[in-house]
Amino acid sequence: MNADNFSVQIKDLDLNFGAVKVLRGLNLDINNGEFIVLLGSSGCGKSTLLNCIAGLLEPSDGQVWIGGKNVTWDEPSQRGIGMVFQSYALYPQMTVRGNLSFGLKNARIPRDEIERRVARAAGILQIEPLLDRKPAALSGGQRQRVAIGRALVRDVDVFLFDEPLSNLDAKLRADLRVEIKRLHTQLNNTMIYVTHDQVEAMTLADRIAIMKGGKVMQYSTPDEIYNRPQNKYVADFIGSPSMNFVEGTIKGGKFTAPGLALDLKGYDFVGGKATDGAAVIGIRPEHVVTGELVSGAPFQTDVTVDIVEPMGSDTLVWADLGGAPFRIRMDGQARVHRGETMRVGLEPARASLFDVKTEERL
Amino acid sequence: MANASTNIAAAGPRGPKPRRAISGRNIMIYGTLGLVALYYALPLYVMIVTSLKGMPEVRLGHIFAPPVEITFQPWVKAWAQACTGLNCDGLSRGFWNSVRILIPSVVISIAVASVNGYALVNWKFKGSETFFTILIFGSFIPYQVMLYPIVILLREMGIYGTLGGLVMVHTIFGMPILTLLFRNYFTSVPEELFKAARVDGAGFWGIYFRIMLPMSMPIFVVAIILQVTGIWNDFLFGVVFTKPDLYPMTVQLNNIVNSVQGVKEYNVNMAATMITGLVPLTVYFISGKLFVRGIAAGAVKG
Amino acid sequence: MSAVRRRPKLLRNLNAKFAAMPMILTTLVVFVGGTIWTVVYSFTNSKLLPRLNFVGFAQYERLWNTGRWETSIHNLLLYGVFALVFTITIGFLLAVLLDQKIRFEDAFRTILLYPFALSFIVTGLVWQWLLNPNLGIQNAVRSLGWESFSFDPLYTPKIVMFGILIGGLWQGTGFIMCVMLAGLRGVDEEIWKASRVDGIPAWKTYIFVVIPMMRPVFITSLVLVASGIIKLYDLVVAMTSGGPGGSSEVPAKYVYDYMFTAQNLGQGLAASTMMLASVIIILIPWAYLEFGGRKRG
Repeated sequence: MNADNFSVQIKDLDLNFGAVKVLRGLNLDINNGEFIVLLGSSGCGKSTLLNCIAGLLEPSDGQVWIGGKNVTWDEPSQRGIGMVFQSYALYPQMTVRGNLSFGLKNARIPRDEIERRVARAAGILQIEPLLDRKPAALSGGQRQRVAIGRALVRDVDVFLFDEPLSNLDAKLRADLRVEIKRLHTQLNNTMIYVTHDQVEAMTLADRIAIMKGGKVMQYSTPDEIYNRPQNKYVADFIGSPSMNFVEGTIKGGKFTAPGLALDLKGYDFVGGKATDGAAVIGIRPEHVVTGELVSGAPFQTDVTVDIVEPMGSDTLVWADLGGAPFRIRMDGQARVHRGETMRVGLEPARASLFDVKTEERL
Repeated sequence: MANASTNIAAAGPRGPKPRRAISGRNIMIYGTLGLVALYYALPLYVMIVTSLKGMPEVRLGHIFAPPVEITFQPWVKAWAQACTGLNCDGLSRGFWNSVRILIPSVVISIAVASVNGYALVNWKFKGSETFFTILIFGSFIPYQVMLYPIVILLREMGIYGTLGGLVMVHTIFGMPILTLLFRNYFTSVPEELFKAARVDGAGFWGIYFRIMLPMSMPIFVVAIILQVTGIWNDFLFGVVFTKPDLYPMTVQLNNIVNSVQGVKEYNVNMAATMITGLVPLTVYFISGKLFVRGIAAGAVKG
Repeated sequence: MSAVRRRPKLLRNLNAKFAAMPMILTTLVVFVGGTIWTVVYSFTNSKLLPRLNFVGFAQYERLWNTGRWETSIHNLLLYGVFALVFTITIGFLLAVLLDQKIRFEDAFRTILLYPFALSFIVTGLVWQWLLNPNLGIQNAVRSLGWESFSFDPLYTPKIVMFGILIGGLWQGTGFIMCVMLAGLRGVDEEIWKASRVDGIPAWKTYIFVVIPMMRPVFITSLVLVASGIIKLYDLVVAMTSGGPGGSSEVPAKYVYDYMFTAQNLGQGLAASTMMLASVIIILIPWAYLEFGGRKRG
């Protein structure tokens, strides 16, 4: 009830570009100090939503609240936010120091205060030696650090990140990801982070909002999203390699499909108990039990190995289950060969069941 | 608009910030642009209205007033009767001269430059880049520096003062910009395509006609727009390299309007000016963004 | 390898060399050869026909002692400075106005650019008519009641170059506006977003961020306008024919007149060599900036 508990609140936000509805009746509550990741494939509206929060795009309807204040009509600079962009968007003709202090000078903040803030940001981000260089003389990772610094000196409670690591190579991305996480624990302010990379989302977020078609499909902790996806879209989107789906029917607490007959005892139904009818079961490749552990699994069956993809740390096996391809993730040292028959075990408690029509979790 | 999921009464600002359509900023922007547009459009307007007035009305001096009585007589006179020197068969002579200059010049200059650009991109040979660099820098040399040597060259070839000579001059001076245009375009064609065609056994001309040419229609249109307006508007080459009965339209127009003999017929002059401007204006208004693309290509140095 | 006899070097890639022949001939014969010819013959006393009778710098001495040439240079400088400053400034300001996500952008652009499609002769004749003292703008304003209004540049030697400038600007600013607009559109959208988050007003962003970023566009525009100014000829011929009393003469016209009508070839060639020199003076710093910048970037 009290708006002050929330750092950022999105209320019934709509945004249309002409006839195209980019955001539809979107609601999102973000607590103080939370790290929120907006995750989705391109065109899902995640960057649009971030731009609306920043005030860079005007919503067609609805409100944005930041720090208990309705900022829907406020300029970006008045909203108490700092923002980091994918292309870094550093002012190319200014030094790093110039980039960090330009906005502050413009806001007529006293010179010694500017110096103090720049020094603090440079210290936190370890960019002191770069202060007198121009962006062109910096590496991608250094540029992104300066871009974060520009948000940092604004002394604000909310940080917005718009795919900040997408322009970096894989190794640098992993390094900077850890730095951003460290920054969050150090500053403890609210961070809203847009990405299409599920690893970034899972590792950074306190809560993830998975978006599709301008709507939030699920908004909860990484753990919840991974283990209890609310719908088939989320289940399919999260996890790599992605979840196996098998269509079948539930009858009398049992799920049956070609090659499968699972007793659903131990499955945590949303409604408390099973309802009979058509359903889809989703099983993550890494939740398929193989080797000696199979004997402990509630359901066991034989599958034929079709393709083996060794990846070093694990091995991905494409098998045939009841005439359909089925992915199994095994240990990297597992030795399996094409054409072999392999015994696997499934645990209904770790599976997810979805309604065939609504695709919602059962 | 109360929504069940919203637990706080949605008070205060929501949706887009209301803006007055007539804000100070808008008045400034549209006002300035409107005035500027007026300044730019005015000469065309004056040209048209003057050309539709009779001389008595022109002498009244209401240059901005629309014609009281519309007459097409000035247009007829400009086209068929206006005098240059002893000839009094109007601008039509210059018009047809310009057409006869334009068509071969456009075709030949574009053919030469497109093949040249293609050779520069896909069939580099030793020195090809050097020649191209000289070509581009050469385009900055004032024409006056090269006028007389070309006169000698054409005279030696026996085509000085002929249409053929002028076509050659247009081909030469159109080459830098057109070659640049085609070279930049062909560079953007994936090299794999060229390699695949070579593996399939196609040669220099085979690849040009069967692959490059069909893929490059847009850039050919841009080149045509550029050349049609450029060659039609040329004055200097026309006056230097042709003889009076072959003068292109611009030269004849200038001779008609700026002749010192006789009474000045401003309405006929404006009709003549308008007729001369019609070809490039038509190309401009029809081609729209392609025209912009053509001149932008000229602005971006390779 | 040894079994296959390769064709002699010169005959390899023959089709391409054949296709590039017009370019090779143009650069060697016309651009390089023609320029050298002009420079060499500018040191001769050729009259009606070129003759290799060297007279040292005599043609240049005569050139710089000729009042008409001095007027031409003075006029070109005057016209050049104003044309450069106004074309670039107005072109940029108009581009900024068009870049404000306005409605009817295409219509405005079409109107501002159409003069560029017209020839200098047409441009010159229209403005000659508009600036006609008895029937043009001056008369129109006087007939509104402002009897003492005076605006007669084409017949006033002191300001005749400004009359020509009006026509030149009308024809050329739209083009530079288009070049600038392309430059503005090339600025990363996120730079603008960043400056809004920083709370920087738009005009400050233009001055401190966007204009410095557009340096190459400004240099390109400068070179384009400058090389156009040196060629200034058709417009003068159409508007004033060099008058009144030779007060709007320009170098390009001087060259033409001496070469083709005054039958003093050596003088015309010396004048055209001076034009070449001025282009080189513009071109060298530009080439230095352009290619020096590329190495750094």
